[in-house]
Amino acid sequence: MRLIVIAAIVITIISFLFDKKKTLKGIKKGVMMFLKILPVLMSVMILVSIVLYFVSENTLVKYLGSDAGMGAYVFAAVIGAVSIIPSFISYPLAGVLVKTGVSYSVISVFINALKMVGVLTIPIEAKFLGYKISILRNIFAFIGALIVGGLMALIYSMT
Amino acid sequence: MKKTKKYKFDYAVIIAFAVFVICSYATGYAPGIKIAKDNFWGFLKEMVFILPVMFILVGLFDVWVPKEKVQKYIGRASGVKGVFLVMLLGFLQAGPLYAAYPVAYILWKKGTPATNIFIYLSSVTILQVPVIAFEVGFLGFKFFILRILLSFPVFIILGFILGNFFDKKGYKFKKV
Repeated sequence: MRLIVIAAIVITIISFLFDKKKTLKGIKKGVMMFLKILPVLMSVMILVSIVLYFVSENTLVKYLGSDAGMGAYVFAAVIGAVSIIPSFISYPLAGVLVKTGVSYSVISVFINALKMVGVLTIPIEAKFLGYKISILRNIFAFIGALIVGGLMALIYSMT
Repeated sequence: MKKTKKYKFDYAVIIAFAVFVICSYATGYAPGIKIAKDNFWGFLKEMVFILPVMFILVGLFDVWVPKEKVQKYIGRASGVKGVFLVMLLGFLQAGPLYAAYPVAYILWKKGTPATNIFIYLSSVTILQVPVIAFEVGFLGFKFFILRILLSFPVFIILGFILGNFFDKKGYKFKKV
């Protein structure tokens, strides 16, 4: 994350040295785009923060554990789909879940769904892709996460 | 006037949340403080750092890189090389998927076919170089390799299917 910020600063400075006017125009364009999606972004973040409060670690273990059977996969996909958890939280969390008995294949469903499916960020996505494609993409990704999970389970059961 | 109407729901949520947080702090309502401090603040930190940076890069890309260049490297005629380039772009991406939407938009604007754009979005999910250490550290190398090897074909195929659908129907990205 820090690397991207540093890279951006360096790029901006280089761009500025080459062409002041162009650089300012580019920055203005970027900032305008950001400001336009900011209200949607804020409201999504707020809703996600509230949802996240109700999804505790214990709940996750209960529904994702080995006792949950096949349901664990679907639940992992749903949880991943509706939550937005930054990588620096999701991987440690996944590590804890594995230690408490959640299988690796269920974790892969959770990680992939978390990354690729964002039900709550659909309003942001739709600002760029439109609702139809956004919803379609999320459904596809949801199914994809489950397929990968199934394949993972197959491989883990063989080894 | 039209603009404020468009964001009516968002503003309502933001104002309601602000009131909720202020009241929570004033009365010491623990769940409210937890939602604000642990969850919302965490997101805000990530958003405030990563997103404006992404948008500024997108803006600079827009003014500096001519459409012809983009089309040459990842456009319709770029073939397999173009696919590899958008994948690389996805792998190097940091931050959540929604940080990739502005990039997808600008690539579209510059003439990248939808298949390459959806492959780019899939690539962000498959592997993010900046967080490899996290995944290997907490879940192990075996999990990391397996997840990537299996996710790769599945999500790339999904990207192809969606992109083709998009191209055939003649969809357009929205101007933000």
